[in-house]
Amino acid sequence: MTRPAGARSVHRRPVARKLRGTRGLVGWLFVAPAFAFYAVFVLRPIALTFQYSLYEWDGIGPSTWVGAANYGRVFTDRDLFESLVNAFQLIVFFSAVPVVLGLAVAATIRRIAASRLALVARTVLFLPQVIPLVAAGIAWSWLLASTGVVNQLLSLVGLGGVTRAWLGDFATALPAVGMIGAWVLLGLCTLLLLAGMSKIDPALYEAARLDGAGPWREFVSITIPSLRQEIAVCVTVTVIAALASFDIVYISTQGGPGNTTMVPGLQIFYLAFADREVGTASALAMVLMILVIACALPIQWFAKDNNR
Amino acid sequence: MITPWREAWTGRLLLVLMMAITLLPFVSLFVTALHPSGTYPAGLAWPDDPQWGNFLRAFEAAEMGELLKSSTLIVLGVVPISILLGTMAGFAIGHLRVIGGRVLFVLFVLGLTLPYEGIITPLYYQIRDMGLLNTRWAIILPLIGLFMPFSVFWMRAHFVNMPGELSESARMDGANVWQLFRRIHVPLAVPAIASLGILLFLWTWNQFLLAIVLVDDPTKRTMSGALGAFQGQWGTNIPLLSAGSLLILTPTLLVFLIFQRHFVKALLQGSLKG
Repeated sequence: MTRPAGARSVHRRPVARKLRGTRGLVGWLFVAPAFAFYAVFVLRPIALTFQYSLYEWDGIGPSTWVGAANYGRVFTDRDLFESLVNAFQLIVFFSAVPVVLGLAVAATIRRIAASRLALVARTVLFLPQVIPLVAAGIAWSWLLASTGVVNQLLSLVGLGGVTRAWLGDFATALPAVGMIGAWVLLGLCTLLLLAGMSKIDPALYEAARLDGAGPWREFVSITIPSLRQEIAVCVTVTVIAALASFDIVYISTQGGPGNTTMVPGLQIFYLAFADREVGTASALAMVLMILVIACALPIQWFAKDNNR
Repeated sequence: MITPWREAWTGRLLLVLMMAITLLPFVSLFVTALHPSGTYPAGLAWPDDPQWGNFLRAFEAAEMGELLKSSTLIVLGVVPISILLGTMAGFAIGHLRVIGGRVLFVLFVLGLTLPYEGIITPLYYQIRDMGLLNTRWAIILPLIGLFMPFSVFWMRAHFVNMPGELSESARMDGANVWQLFRRIHVPLAVPAIASLGILLFLWTWNQFLLAIVLVDDPTKRTMSGALGAFQGQWGTNIPLLSAGSLLILTPTLLVFLIFQRHFVKALLQGSLKG
């Protein structure tokens, strides 16, 4: 990144001349197989999703052209629109909690980075990233059940009054699902931010300390700005995880109770394969894909903006 | 001012607390799995008479042997091909700089953030028309396509930084493009390929959506998809479900602990680049 663009082209140009033939047909032969798989199993389905979204179709019989009516339904049907709102609410738990908590934890770990405890922590905190989300869903469903460990712990500290079946309660189901996501993503964010912190020049901190800055001041004026890129990555990954969540919700609540934890991914699954409303499912799928890109791109630009 | 001593101890405490929260679900699964089958154990309580046999029963009930075989076959189908195709395309776009490579690259990158739910409906009909529903190919082929954006992106990032002189001298010695790729560039790309392999393995093994939509028979699914079916079947028998979940997450856990350092590095780099 730091190397000026000119330096690259200096040793690129002669190669380009030597390998002229390879920039055409031969080069294309190298890309072709990858592109073929991508086109058949990703690009074509995307195009088909768009096509289906303009029709009313039960998946078996003939289809009827309905134009943009399915999109209208996505934004006016309460259940469908609610799934989108829920996905955005999940962002608070999937993104804000892991990033903010991750920053705090990483900043604290950094001070004892060399100790054996910190090394063990690196391994342990990573475990949720490695196991299937389905297993995380099953484990947490049980922890959050009315006789689960969470309630046991709450009673232990004298909060027996608030115990409940967290995933079965209309008021707490969505936050409870969100906390499962936060559990999965916290370790990843912490380690990403830690890796970023280790790249910050220690001289910056020394200079700040000489100027009399306290730990909080250091954190706000040096740590956070230097981690701009890492924070952007954490936010992107977690926002996408929230908007496109499926596995955890499918296992822990199946969208219930009522519609309180329904997310677009699960709604698409039900619409297409249980209700046989392929058109509506596809319209929601298009909206979801566009939303994900619309959220991911600005965050990337924001990160690249001041990045040297 | 906070003394360094106190700082270090709050740090340790926070760390221990975080690890406890991370491990809690695993501990809970383990303890619950030891309770008599069919009971509803309350919270975390060590059973009077630990039922180690539950693991054996879950192993049989979940047909673990079959599942391991199925997941392994799927991984073997997806990962090597994805690596090969991704590396070739990354080489052509990043190093050979094919004409139109930029456009292709942007097209691939757009797929990086694609939620699988977005294309699952047409994918189902497409796989059905290909006559592949309920076979492992229904998971393998789409996954290769879905992994192309990341594989190409990842390998291109590696090849873009390879100096051009390398290829130049090989060409002087009369190597053709395939030899150049196979003999010179692939060996140099081994670290990047290894990281990619680890990530693809993990993503394949844990793939859930494609498995439950495209394959009905749990023994032809990925581990993750089979666990979904296992929950449907044994969802009311909590100890058995816990034992089954632990068994099903053991393989990834083992692989993770063995290749720990590579894993963490690959996942961190993977998300940084992705």
